[in-house]
Amino acid sequence: MSRIGVFVCHCGENIARTVDTAAVAQECGKLPGVIHSVDYKYMCSDPGQLMVKQAIAEHKLTGVVVAACSPHMHEKTFRRATAGAGLNPFLCEMANVREHCSWIHESRTAATEKAIDATRMIVEKVKRNAPLSPIHIPVTRRALVIGGGIAGIQAALDIADGGREVVLVEKEPSIGGHMSQLSETFPTLDCSQCILTPRMVEAFQHPRIKLYTYSEVESVDGYIGNFKVTIRKKARSVDEANCNGCGACQAVCPNKKIPSEFDAGLGKRSAIYVPFPQAVPNIPVIDRERCSYFRAKAKGSTKVVCGKCAEACGKGAVHFDQQDTLVTEDVGAIVVATGYRLYDIGKDQDSELLKGYGEYGYGTVPDVIDGMQFERLASASGPTAGKILRPSDGKEPTSVVFLQCIGSRDPSKGIEYCSKICCMYVAKHTMLYKHKVHHGQATVFYMDIRAAGKGYDEFTRRAIEEDGARYVRGRVSRLYRDGEVIKILGFDTLSGEPIEMDADMVVLATAMRPQAGMAELAQKLSVSYDKHGFINEAHPKLRPVETNTAGVFVAGACQSPRDIPDSVAMASATASKILGLLSNEQLEREPTVARVDESTCSACFHCERVCAYGAVEHKDIRDRSGNLVRVVASVNKGVCQGCGTCLATCPSKSLELDGFTDAQIHAAIMAF
Amino acid sequence: MSTATAIENKSPASAGRFEPRIAAFVCNWCTYTGADLAGTSRVQMMPNVRMVRLPCTGRIDTAFIIKAFERGADGVIVSGCHPGDCHYSEGNYHARRRFAMFKELMNFMGIDERRVTFSWVSASEGRKWGDVVDETIERVRALGPFDDYKTLLEETP
Repeated sequence: MSRIGVFVCHCGENIARTVDTAAVAQECGKLPGVIHSVDYKYMCSDPGQLMVKQAIAEHKLTGVVVAACSPHMHEKTFRRATAGAGLNPFLCEMANVREHCSWIHESRTAATEKAIDATRMIVEKVKRNAPLSPIHIPVTRRALVIGGGIAGIQAALDIADGGREVVLVEKEPSIGGHMSQLSETFPTLDCSQCILTPRMVEAFQHPRIKLYTYSEVESVDGYIGNFKVTIRKKARSVDEANCNGCGACQAVCPNKKIPSEFDAGLGKRSAIYVPFPQAVPNIPVIDRERCSYFRAKAKGSTKVVCGKCAEACGKGAVHFDQQDTLVTEDVGAIVVATGYRLYDIGKDQDSELLKGYGEYGYGTVPDVIDGMQFERLASASGPTAGKILRPSDGKEPTSVVFLQCIGSRDPSKGIEYCSKICCMYVAKHTMLYKHKVHHGQATVFYMDIRAAGKGYDEFTRRAIEEDGARYVRGRVSRLYRDGEVIKILGFDTLSGEPIEMDADMVVLATAMRPQAGMAELAQKLSVSYDKHGFINEAHPKLRPVETNTAGVFVAGACQSPRDIPDSVAMASATASKILGLLSNEQLEREPTVARVDESTCSACFHCERVCAYGAVEHKDIRDRSGNLVRVVASVNKGVCQGCGTCLATCPSKSLELDGFTDAQIHAAIMAF
Repeated sequence: MSTATAIENKSPASAGRFEPRIAAFVCNWCTYTGADLAGTSRVQMMPNVRMVRLPCTGRIDTAFIIKAFERGADGVIVSGCHPGDCHYSEGNYHARRRFAMFKELMNFMGIDERRVTFSWVSASEGRKWGDVVDETIERVRALGPFDDYKTLLEETP
């Protein structure tokens, strides 16, 4: 026979104002199985919790029902109190009579009646609650970081410095990401590579960081504390152990006119190449689509074409026959730090809307470039060695026009969000331009100047007031080539005047988009993402670096457009979360998991098909001499997340979900 | 008080206008939290709904809905996370299919499908939850009491 205690909370006046709490306690005291029923001003206070504890001891309660606020608010509190009195915490449940009752109704009679009903339903459920114990799962105390940009490097270094091993996976041949391409950084104008490359080297040499470059995550299995990650090491065609990075192979490669990805297409590279001189690791890779050897082979030619790089290599490190290899790594936590790409208005065609901006002639009008290309022109390590020169004829432009919000904040082009960094980097570009071309005039077309951040507004003011950038509030409707110059037709919305002007070069501040293939990666990790492909955080305010999948974290611009300081801060936040997680040898989980009644399971495995986590396994039932009798479903308690979809699908009702069994739910409905 | 008398006390005849009794089966992560938000935002709504919290709409067995009708519910609300937002990735997709089929079954059995509301209410949609509750109550009020089970029970020897 159940011995249930009911505790009705006034929550000061919050509940008692509309619910007659004394009546609730009185009515519930009459329910069969309830042997103790009281009301009190603040149940969650120390004296309130003490009442619960004393009642458990005094009345030998077998179940506790607290009619108070939402279980999301105080279930933990009362379960702790219950456990403190020596009763299993899962024998305590809450009836929500505040959020779902007193706060949303005016009629005292109706609210009281509803509170009694709600409490009665929970009383009937609790009568059928079983004592449960938390599930303990072991933790692999190392982490995986996906993406070797500044966010990934920072997260990896912080975790490794905290004493845990890190596996860092980067899909490009070198770590460094977009930050390595930048010339100077706002708002201090310090050289990007000067602050980044030491971090890259540190990550490379760190004894606790295992670096996989030119590699991608193939698949992810498992769950928090116990992920098994398969990594595809793409064939580099160069033996990483033997190569000493001398560069002889690149010098002899005959294909030297391939547009360099690192220089945003403005510079050239060879088919066997290191993306940039400071690359980490400094080991070349063969671009098999551009290399004569591989192209001849792809066409079916048996004749050996080229192969000069292999001949030139003194270490015999060039291996044309290298294949992709798959390696597996066990980790306990994962950081997604895959960063961003720029909206390529000439080429991004992945949705109807993103085809926009034909009027800006990107890719067709010479000397209309994007922000990253300007970075490379301004960079000392860039194709022009830091001189601002027009790509078409190599002349120094005396007038450069910058257009902001290309794609960003433009729902008609498919991107509603603000890319956040463009106002700042455009201001930086105008300054860099003025510092290098003293007689030049920079003009910026903007919608709003969004320069929130430490020293940011001062920075944009400096661009205008000290470096003479001309800011025009308005949009450009059309630009086209007219002889030597680019004609720009726009509108100044402050003066109300149309504007027609000439420019030698136009720079488009195009929107930040998540990397291509984000949806596929997110699906591998079972994390949710928004319609643009940015990873969703678990809670926008309170859990900003966690995802909806336990053990998977997010850092940097793959979550939303972010600048370097934000990305670094976020990366350090994920690292601290992960170090906290990995400080445990075991994890404790709520025991809300499914279990199979093996005696009635008919092995149809509908449950296996609907399980989003792959928690259902096949279990062999054998007789004493080891002969297979039959196969049944079995739930891996470490993997099961407790959604209960399998229960509702099971035709023979052979599954139960601890904490939400059919008996419990039906009892609650019967008390309805 | 036995459950039978509880039902008797709240029978439609005792009130001036018909007050339908609605059972709501909601998921813990979106709709239950959304209803919590309705509370913290003091969104006023009619008091006819009794809530059953479940981890996910995927857990909601259609037998629960039938059971609720059997126990005297005049209407039922089933609500969870929006498609694509399920806390458990895809439980609500399974639920959506199951309920599409269940509606067919209701039509087959002659139960007016307007007695059941399927809705998606996220944790941030407190006001929407209030609307779903009020709309369902008004709709079921217009349909009148659900007596089919009662009649059936009386007819069964």
